[in-house]
Amino acid sequence: MSDLGYDAAHMLGAVVLLMSFALLYQRRLFSLLNVFTMQALALTATAAWQAYSHGEPHLYITALLTLVLKAILIPVALHRIIVKMKIHRTIEPALGIGLTMVAGVSLVTLSILLVLPVTADATALTRENLALSLSVVLLGLLMMISRRNAVSQVVGFMSIENGLILAAVGAAGMPLVVEMSVAFSVMVAFIIFGIFLFHIRERFDTLDMQKIESFRGESD
Amino acid sequence: MGLVVSAIAFLFAVAIAGAVAKRLPQASTVVYGGTAAACALIALWAALRLAGGGPDAALVLPVGLPWIQAHLRADALSAVFLIVVNLGGITASLFGWGYERAHHESHSTSQGGSQGHSQDGPVLPLYPLFLAGMNMVLIAADAFTFLLSWEFMSLASWLLVLSTHRDPETPKAARLYIIMASFGTACLLLAFGVLATAHGDYSFAAIRAHAPAAGAAALVVALILLGAGSKAGLVPLHVWLPLAHPAAPSHVSALMSGVMTKVAVYAMIRVLFDLLGEPEWWWGGVTMGFGALTAVMGVLYALMQDDVKRLLAYSTVENIGAIVIALGLALVFKAAHTPVIAALALAAALLHVVNHSLFKSLLFFAAGAMLTATGSRDLNRLGGLIHRMPTTAVLALIGAAAISALPPLNGFVGEWLLFQAILNAPALSEWSLKIEIAVVGAALALATALAAACFVRLYGIAFLGRPRSRAAAEALEVGRAMRLGMAVPAVLCVVLGVLPTPLIRLFEPALRLLVEAGPFDGRAYQPWFWLAPTSAIGNSYNGLIMLVVIALLSVVLVLGIHRKASDRVRWSIPWGCGFDGPDPAAVTQYTASSFGQPIRRAFGSTVFRARDHVDMPAPGDTRPARLSVTWTDPAWVVVVEPLARAVGWLAEKANRLQFMTIRRYLTLMFLALVVLLVMVAVTQR
Repeated sequence: MSDLGYDAAHMLGAVVLLMSFALLYQRRLFSLLNVFTMQALALTATAAWQAYSHGEPHLYITALLTLVLKAILIPVALHRIIVKMKIHRTIEPALGIGLTMVAGVSLVTLSILLVLPVTADATALTRENLALSLSVVLLGLLMMISRRNAVSQVVGFMSIENGLILAAVGAAGMPLVVEMSVAFSVMVAFIIFGIFLFHIRERFDTLDMQKIESFRGESD
Repeated sequence: MGLVVSAIAFLFAVAIAGAVAKRLPQASTVVYGGTAAACALIALWAALRLAGGGPDAALVLPVGLPWIQAHLRADALSAVFLIVVNLGGITASLFGWGYERAHHESHSTSQGGSQGHSQDGPVLPLYPLFLAGMNMVLIAADAFTFLLSWEFMSLASWLLVLSTHRDPETPKAARLYIIMASFGTACLLLAFGVLATAHGDYSFAAIRAHAPAAGAAALVVALILLGAGSKAGLVPLHVWLPLAHPAAPSHVSALMSGVMTKVAVYAMIRVLFDLLGEPEWWWGGVTMGFGALTAVMGVLYALMQDDVKRLLAYSTVENIGAIVIALGLALVFKAAHTPVIAALALAAALLHVVNHSLFKSLLFFAAGAMLTATGSRDLNRLGGLIHRMPTTAVLALIGAAAISALPPLNGFVGEWLLFQAILNAPALSEWSLKIEIAVVGAALALATALAAACFVRLYGIAFLGRPRSRAAAEALEVGRAMRLGMAVPAVLCVVLGVLPTPLIRLFEPALRLLVEAGPFDGRAYQPWFWLAPTSAIGNSYNGLIMLVVIALLSVVLVLGIHRKASDRVRWSIPWGCGFDGPDPAAVTQYTASSFGQPIRRAFGSTVFRARDHVDMPAPGDTRPARLSVTWTDPAWVVVVEPLARAVGWLAEKANRLQFMTIRRYLTLMFLALVVLLVMVAVTQR
């Protein structure tokens, strides 16, 4: 592998991770969607670059799937949901930027410390890619628990999926079937989420989880 | 080995047949006949294997977890226990066939007449499964198969207990049983986990090859004593046993009490002697201590019972105590590198395993016969059955005499061997052990004597005297199948008592496997009718001489009585203590409670806090005086109830987890993930 191939792949992976950080502190839903779109685009670029530099044409399909699903369909659909529900002006209280960054950086540190010794005999690119994707997954989880709006939780979940795809793209020899099934599971999950959002809205007139929780009969 | 596996598969097929065709009249014949045939096949195979020697039979089945598979292996130890289990299976099938038919008839003629009679739960499909489970435990050769079979056996027996669910006592017994069984399995699971940690291979061969470190071994010993001990009924983990064993139909009670507890003993032997490698002296000390406690407490409980089957279940606790004492002794002597004495103690344990399975099955069958004939298990409603059920009475007498360790029956031989091992205590160097063995020997002697008292009480109240209820007065002898089911173990009790040596010879391969010595090592001449172990300090036992002497003495005694005593028969109405009724003698004779009163006063007042309360009416008052006895079970007060309270408290605390918000749950999961990842990252370097 040429140096350029390694550097470019590394950079594209890092952009995906960077977008994860950016997701953490977006307070407006539209900007959140924009950042998510950018992450999906970066992921598409990563997949396409891997396909090109490794000469593995099936990764082009992954790239295409990511582009269509994650970068176009899902953001547009979420956009329409937000407009339809008239919550685009909502300002969501996320964690403070400083605190979020500290938590995020320590998670990235943890995943690097974890992955690098485990995969001592793999290639450098695989190792870094795994560390990056584990970080993206952990940051997505962090986002899911730090947000209260259901739409942003959906976005957090989708970014976890992005992390998984990143890992799949980086690990050479991942069969296409796995990627396809991951892609379709994202599809299904998104559809279910969409239905749920509308139902929640219909029932409770809000998408704020903290308000919905008070509707539970058994909680005190 | 293929034969054993096919026989077990056949048991499963029989179970399915029983489930499908349970409404047909021939179903019970098919199920019990098929079960008996399969058991006979396995028992025969194991006996031939033991007698013929040869390499262990092993088989690896490609089922179960993919990277483990199912390892099966029958070595000499497995073969000994296979004989025990399947012999019990044969007689129980024979008895159960008659029992089921008798109850079916009585149920169809009188709709739900007396308590405990209606058997509406499905026994037929579960009964072969229970036996299959026990057989699978014995031939399992990896931890996964072992635990799976163990749990299968527990669940099958649990369902069999539940088959009498109409009885108001049963659900409570079944609930306690399932809790204790799960606890036991959990302990065994942890024990095997510890055993396999060093190398991650769960097959017994690998565990045997890598003996665990001292600390891990100590943990395993504790866990095995808890896990297998709770199934065997070691005090204070015995609380479920006297409730669950009697609740099942009688032939299943016999299997649970006579055979399933032996499977637990097998688990103890397998781990303590085989898998753990070289023992340390304190393992045997602890084991022995628990055994002595179990023996004495078990028989004291038994003496307080009025329910025949519960009394028998408590007596099982006592006998398990004796077996565990023998195991502890064998461990101690093995650790002290005196293998011949260890072989003697282990032979005593195995012999007692066989003996107890025989006479406890016999006695449970007799209890089942009484239940069939009178519809009652309450001693205070029985009496005088020797006139109504002569065959059952004779067979039950043999069982009672055998379990009381009277010569020339098999119970005596087992206890005799065990005491020979105890008398070898001076050979040890550890002073604390010498003293402990003396105490344990005294406790065992006490337990044996009390067991004799207990069975004199059982037999005397149930079979002798005058009937205490109309049902007992009108009892009819049970059918031929049930009598034959009782006769087989009774005959074996006599045969093994008179000629124990061939059976002990049969144990020799197992003893060599476990302690690397036989009980007759270094003895040039060992005839088959003479039992003289090498390390018995010159003592020997000859059942034939014993039999002849007892027979001669009996003849002399009978002749003497008939010659000297007056042969004039005098008929008169006995004085009824002022009681009026059809049979005043029946009312004024000893009751079960009054027979047990001296021992209850002597031991029960401290151990059980037993108190007699006399409610004496004032002079002139016409109401009857009442005597009531109250007692508390120390195992419940000291162990079970505090544990139950602790579990309840924990559950109360953990209940909060159920009412958290989704985001909290997610946070918890996230934190758990991060903590685990940190642990991995830390342990990586």
